Amino acid sequence: MSIGPSAETAAMEVEIEAGMAAGPFPKRIEGRTPMQLAWARLRRDRVAMLSLVIIALLVLTAIFAPVIVHVSGHDPFYQNRDTGLSPAGIPVGPGTRFWFGTDELGRDIFARVVYGARISLLVGVVATGLSVIIGLTIGVIAGYYGGKVDLVLSRFIDIILGFPFLITAIALVSVFQPSVLIIIGVLVFFGWTTIARIARGQVLSVKEKEYMEAARSLGASDLRIMRVDVLPNLLAPITVYATLLIPANIVGEATLSFLGLGVIPPASSWGQMLGAASEGGLYKLAWWYVLFPGLFLFLTTLSFNLFGDGLRDALDPGSDRAMAK
Amino acid sequence: MFVFLLRRIAFSALVLLIISAAVFFLFFVASPGDTARLFAGRNASPETVDLVRHRLGLDLPTYVQYGRFLNNLLHGDLGQSFVNGQQVGHLLWTRLPVTASLTLGAAVVWLLIGIPIGVLAATKPRSFRDRFATVFALAGLSFPTFLLGILLLYFLFYRLTIAGLPWFPPSDYVPITDNPAQWARHLILPWLTLALVTAATYSRLTRGSLLEVLGEDYIRTARAKGLGERRVIYRHGLRAALTPIVTLLGIDIGVLFGGAIVTERIFGLPGIGQTALLAVAQADLPILMGTVLLAAFSIVVANIVVDICYALLDPRVRVG
Repeated sequence: MSIGPSAETAAMEVEIEAGMAAGPFPKRIEGRTPMQLAWARLRRDRVAMLSLVIIALLVLTAIFAPVIVHVSGHDPFYQNRDTGLSPAGIPVGPGTRFWFGTDELGRDIFARVVYGARISLLVGVVATGLSVIIGLTIGVIAGYYGGKVDLVLSRFIDIILGFPFLITAIALVSVFQPSVLIIIGVLVFFGWTTIARIARGQVLSVKEKEYMEAARSLGASDLRIMRVDVLPNLLAPITVYATLLIPANIVGEATLSFLGLGVIPPASSWGQMLGAASEGGLYKLAWWYVLFPGLFLFLTTLSFNLFGDGLRDALDPGSDRAMAK
Repeated sequence: MFVFLLRRIAFSALVLLIISAAVFFLFFVASPGDTARLFAGRNASPETVDLVRHRLGLDLPTYVQYGRFLNNLLHGDLGQSFVNGQQVGHLLWTRLPVTASLTLGAAVVWLLIGIPIGVLAATKPRSFRDRFATVFALAGLSFPTFLLGILLLYFLFYRLTIAGLPWFPPSDYVPITDNPAQWARHLILPWLTLALVTAATYSRLTRGSLLEVLGEDYIRTARAKGLGERRVIYRHGLRAALTPIVTLLGIDIGVLFGGAIVTERIFGLPGIGQTALLAVAQADLPILMGTVLLAAFSIVVANIVVDICYALLDPRVRVG
């Protein structure tokens, strides 16, 4: 990676950078890998870095949920019937005792929101990871082998895309009983198709390159070619798409839980809390029941989307800026 | 073109067949409840339950039941509800106008919001308004439909109503044939909910598509001929840039016709989505099958319509 085109662009990058920072003379020329270059570009993107910080904070919240809840002093499942509800049985608003207020059973919303981060991130990351593994495998096979294999796999994807997402999801959930596993299953069932399509398209475009022929004539096996020559070409687009699939999956979980077909109480999920808040007009009495879970949900999806957007610019700088001129 | 269409329709029929079979068998293989008992009522004797099971054909092997279902379907009969014996076809027919009103109205709103924002952004890339459009798009993409629905309910229904301005009703549906004004008034909040979250995608797509088109040679030619910038952008640019937007519009409408479940739920609209949710809650297989088939059918039809539009709009697309 230290010689060839990447070193050239690296040198240019250094020149530009130095030109902007200090003066017309580059201090030192060093070789950098495309990944380092992408990271350097990403680090200059303030919005993306801020999103990354928020994501990191959310991950820490999810990991240390029990500790955080211990500090705030309330258990996410305990129903504070005497302190958490007014004499008329109405939830208590935010204050020093309950930071984010309480819900319809007198449970501490702060603790439930903190624990909700676990569900959202778990579902978002696991469902996305499985989708990438399945989608990448099938997409690469379809693109690499082409012909009948490609036809069958592509048609299979077409069939899955014919399934209406939400109705299929609620039908599946109703048949198997709601659980985190089923939610992940439903999200993966639909999620891998787009990854497979992107991977397939990308493979088709690199398949005819000369270095592929070179690898083949050197006697490399199909598996080795896929791993060494094909896969690196897929890294950038798949990384970007996977980052954007995470918030989509988080919203998917929240939507199913909102409809009462996802995470079941007493376990807490942001979508399920919002569903309970909208039930019977509770949102009118307890605005905090909408504000806090909604804010966390929105901040999470927004951060992932902004970060994914920045990642796209960093990994593929030509796409947008070239056109923008 | 004709052969292409025939092939598309044949494949679509196959897709519908596979989806219906999948849902049907899934329901019987993994269904936790005893449908006949559910149908017969809580106090029914075992004999009555058996009788009901026999009358519904639930004592037959699953594949025979599916065969019957298909046979009836080919005769235009979607069967009857397990719960109250209602004709499924008729039920869906009465619910479709609700979902259609919601979807088509919302589509008009999201096009009116999304396309102008996209055009503004594309004509001055990297400007302040382009940044604003990007923020709008990403916020819209990140905003779950149900969250926006609750927020609109809180501010535009509840807050306005207690302030003495009951402009927007929180729920209910009034058919357009009864009273067009009330129809629209009851649908404003649902339209806004659905449109605002969807408009984001359209503004982004419009921006990207228009930027690409504006970089083409014939746009330079148009400018070189001395045409005004307005004419170049709207007459020459936007027209070509609309193709992907039409595609997305067709698919979105197709998906939503199968039930705008979340929006219908929040605003209590008795559309296809609500019907599906209720069918799931009551383990009412015939209605569930009906809604799934309707949803899949509208997706499939939307895809075919989009392909035809593509060929008509863009002469470069050759099908065969």
